[in-house]
Amino acid sequence: MKNLKLLISPLNDENPITVQVLGICSALAVTVQMKPAIVMALSVTVVTAFSNLIISFGRNTIPPRIRIIIQLVVVAFLVIVVDQILKAYVYDVSKKLSVFVGLIITNCILMGRLEAFAMSNKPFDSFLDGIGNGAGYGLILITLGVIRELFGSGSLMGYQIVPQQFYNAGYIDNGMMILPPMALITVGIIIWIQRGFNRKLIEK
Amino acid sequence: MKIQSNSYTFIYSTVVVLVVATGLAIVATALKPSQDKNVEIEKKQNILTSLRVQSDRSNTASLYKKYITASYTLNSKGEKVSGVDPFGINLRAEMKKKPGKRNLPAFEAKKGDSTFIVIPVYGKGLWGPIWGYVSFQREQKVSHGTPHYNKVYGVMFDHKGETPGLGAEINQPFFQNQFKGKKIFDKQGKFTSIEVVKGGADPTSPYQVDAISGGTITSKGLQAMLDSCLTTYQRFFKQDN
Repeated sequence: MKNLKLLISPLNDENPITVQVLGICSALAVTVQMKPAIVMALSVTVVTAFSNLIISFGRNTIPPRIRIIIQLVVVAFLVIVVDQILKAYVYDVSKKLSVFVGLIITNCILMGRLEAFAMSNKPFDSFLDGIGNGAGYGLILITLGVIRELFGSGSLMGYQIVPQQFYNAGYIDNGMMILPPMALITVGIIIWIQRGFNRKLIEK
Repeated sequence: MKIQSNSYTFIYSTVVVLVVATGLAIVATALKPSQDKNVEIEKKQNILTSLRVQSDRSNTASLYKKYITASYTLNSKGEKVSGVDPFGINLRAEMKKKPGKRNLPAFEAKKGDSTFIVIPVYGKGLWGPIWGYVSFQREQKVSHGTPHYNKVYGVMFDHKGETPGLGAEINQPFFQNQFKGKKIFDKQGKFTSIEVVKGGADPTSPYQVDAISGGTITSKGLQAMLDSCLTTYQRFFKQDN
């Protein structure tokens, strides 16, 4: 039950983007299309889960005075590995993500989870917490990706969804959707909708 | 040893760094071959794009084989240099040498009945490097001293990190299509290159294209890149053969 909660609660009640408001920068940058959003979501999930796992294993041996540095080294190591793998196997996507894979290192979600959770919990719990938070981040990223690609380019995963007849009848793709400001507005709308359903998130 | 002590901290950090460094070295070495392959495919794709051939990752190798008939390394006198692989030339390193000492790669292509030459170019934009490929269609020489490669057939430009929406637009078709049919030598056979003009190029001039508004430094960099890279090929373009 507790394990399930670790996995599920970041999807809604403790969502890293819409509730904790972490990792907004990359959420705006890589969600113009769905494919990079999915790859980014997977990368962040992998890095959060494994850095949580590693740090949690070593939590009793890490010298307290250099714990942040050790956390950073572990995160940086995992991020570089992910970056290298992307470059080797999904080159096109890695070019689109460009600098943002490297910037996973500075993603607040990671350091936040390491400090708040992995340093004081068992490895398996921490691993689940990492997956949960990665998934919560990914959920919002992919939602944004779908909305932005569908309305901004009329396609999903690169396949045309909006039929040509619509364009002939005068339908135009919304150019604003491709730009970061519209992503921020969309995040705002998602937060609004979420709070409409989930009353306990509303601050008194 | 106490977890708080200095020596423990030192030993701990040393061990962590050593383990991480070894791990990274292993990963990087293991993945290098497939990464290099990706870079090679992309380069071939870029060359094909400049020849107005659309390719995707799966058919790049076969299309490249089909269109590119020869590739060679030249010196600034237009002579072929042997022993240097033209595909592997690092333009960034070459551009640092004096113009007369550079190894110049050229890729010869056949499409239909026409012969083309593809020239790689490399320069700097506002924030970082810009590069591209320019293809020329072979024509009958008008007279001695005039070139047989003069007319641009197609171009492909890309950049590392130019400003999105402004300088970054150099990799967009609307900008690149302007170059089709432009010329780099005037009627007397004098090298003029192509000017990227801010505020409206003369549409009748075969030597001018429109710059990107808001992307002035990138546009200027692109003009300088074309000039400095293509000028070294002059002798080759005018060869009598």
